Amino acid sequence: MTATTHDSLPAAAGLPAYRQAQRVSQVRVIRAEWTKLRTQPSSYWTLLATLILVVGFGLGYSLLRVARPPHGAADIAAFDPAAISLSGVQLAQIAIGVLGVLLITSEYATGLIKTTFAAVPRRLPVLWSKAVMVAASIAVVSVPAAFAAFAGGQSILARQHLSVQFSEPGVARAVIGSALYLAVIGLLGLGLGALIRNAAGAIAALFGVLYGLPLAANFLPGSMAVNVTKYLPANAGQAVTTVHPDPTMLQPWTGFGVLCAYAAVLLAFSAARMRRGDA
Amino acid sequence: MIEIRELTKTYGSTTAVSDLTFTVRPGVVTGFLGPNGAGKSTTMRMILGLDEPTSGSVLVNGRPPRSHAAPLHEIGGMLDPRAVHPSRSAYHHLLAIAQTSGIRKCRVDEVIDAVGLRSVAKRRAGKFSLGMSQRLGIAAALLGDPATVVLDEPVNGLDVEGIRWIRGLLSELAAQGKTVFVSSHLMSEIAQTATHLIVIGRGQMIANTSIDEFMQQAAPTSVRVRSSDSDVLARQLRGPGVTVTRAADGALTITGASAAQVGAVAGAAGITVFELATEQASLEDVFVGLTQDAVDYRAAI
Repeated sequence: MTATTHDSLPAAAGLPAYRQAQRVSQVRVIRAEWTKLRTQPSSYWTLLATLILVVGFGLGYSLLRVARPPHGAADIAAFDPAAISLSGVQLAQIAIGVLGVLLITSEYATGLIKTTFAAVPRRLPVLWSKAVMVAASIAVVSVPAAFAAFAGGQSILARQHLSVQFSEPGVARAVIGSALYLAVIGLLGLGLGALIRNAAGAIAALFGVLYGLPLAANFLPGSMAVNVTKYLPANAGQAVTTVHPDPTMLQPWTGFGVLCAYAAVLLAFSAARMRRGDA
Repeated sequence: MIEIRELTKTYGSTTAVSDLTFTVRPGVVTGFLGPNGAGKSTTMRMILGLDEPTSGSVLVNGRPPRSHAAPLHEIGGMLDPRAVHPSRSAYHHLLAIAQTSGIRKCRVDEVIDAVGLRSVAKRRAGKFSLGMSQRLGIAAALLGDPATVVLDEPVNGLDVEGIRWIRGLLSELAAQGKTVFVSSHLMSEIAQTATHLIVIGRGQMIANTSIDEFMQQAAPTSVRVRSSDSDVLARQLRGPGVTVTRAADGALTITGASAAQVGAVAGAAGITVFELATEQASLEDVFVGLTQDAVDYRAAI
């Protein structure tokens, strides 16, 4: 049978009453959002893309640097083996941001958000549940991906004795920080999606925040450019992903805190917009 | 029970709903009628707590719609049957809604069986025909066994069997003591199911009555008679409260007198009656007549 032949479906059997207790709770809404996330193909595509970009690009760039090892004192001093193996994070951040965007904008695009809000009339538990789901699902992929990229990348770089050990200062922080960075970018995407309520607009805004703002900051005069740039979301967050942070950047965890603050403020704005007014 | 008091909703400079006051009672099916653009969907969105009233109030089962702790048990709504994620199966669509209130999986199966979607429950909802989507929307509305059911145009685009199914379902829900509020822009879709009517046009109340009263008030019945002597009969019939008009074929149309009275008058005057019939405007005629001034988007003639 094809889909169109199903209009002649059996008539309703009498629907029994449902007498079990029911009540909305945060945990239950999280469960519902988990069902949505795992039955939405875009979740799998964006997470798969993240895995491939983080691991694949990290290994590829490591191979490239093994073939072209650093020359000269300055080049060797600036050589960051951990950063090379984790370079895929810079590309994966867009895929992961799109995951956050689509988890909320798909509901506005289809009108499903009305059904969702009718079931959860206080609305905000929906946003918090989506935030939990975005962060958790990304971490499940990004932590192993970062470790795999690091381990694989270092084993490649070791051929030219260019690798670092995980136990060396700052390395573990950079690897775990890269995975956490991606999770927060996912939340940034969710916040933009909830605020803009349109996938194309929110993805464009995400590109603007991650790549556009640093470019725009370059147009500022000298010292001002440096001072502004280090507080931009991407730049602040990336401080935690490098073993030897650039002196013009914020301290690793300070920078990560600034990125988290951006995501928190964005989610707070979208919560304020979501809570009142028309769905 | 839905209680609406002085409800007004404006979007910018457009007034979608203006000063509506009515109560939808449990145990009967209440039809919500009006031309397209009359403000029915806006009103329903406010009943479901999705849109904020500009002024006035909505109470569902005695409380504001957004204040219920078990919302799916209080209000079951369907606004747009196409509002599903196209890649998600009907089962998972319903499961995600049910989980927000801790409704068990067995209930999801129950509603799937009740609306007859068992054979397609695992299929992507985006591939559903309109009739199947309507059934899925109704399944979602019934998940929590709600005391109040609000359906926006549930009959829209359905085939004959689907329409009959929905009529049976609505009557069944009302018989269980639920409040059933169903909108339509076509009188005929609602006339056979609803016993009470709320009619609006351009966001304003036009009528709030039972179907029977609505008919009597809006379109008094008339009697049509063809006879051997229309002139004499017309003279005999005219009196206080009785009007007689003559049609082109010589038949008379009388309002204010029953067919029995017209027949008696003709008999007493020795006039032969060829044809005698009580005529009633169809519900659709009455509806169109009432809302004529309130149609926002009429084709230019």
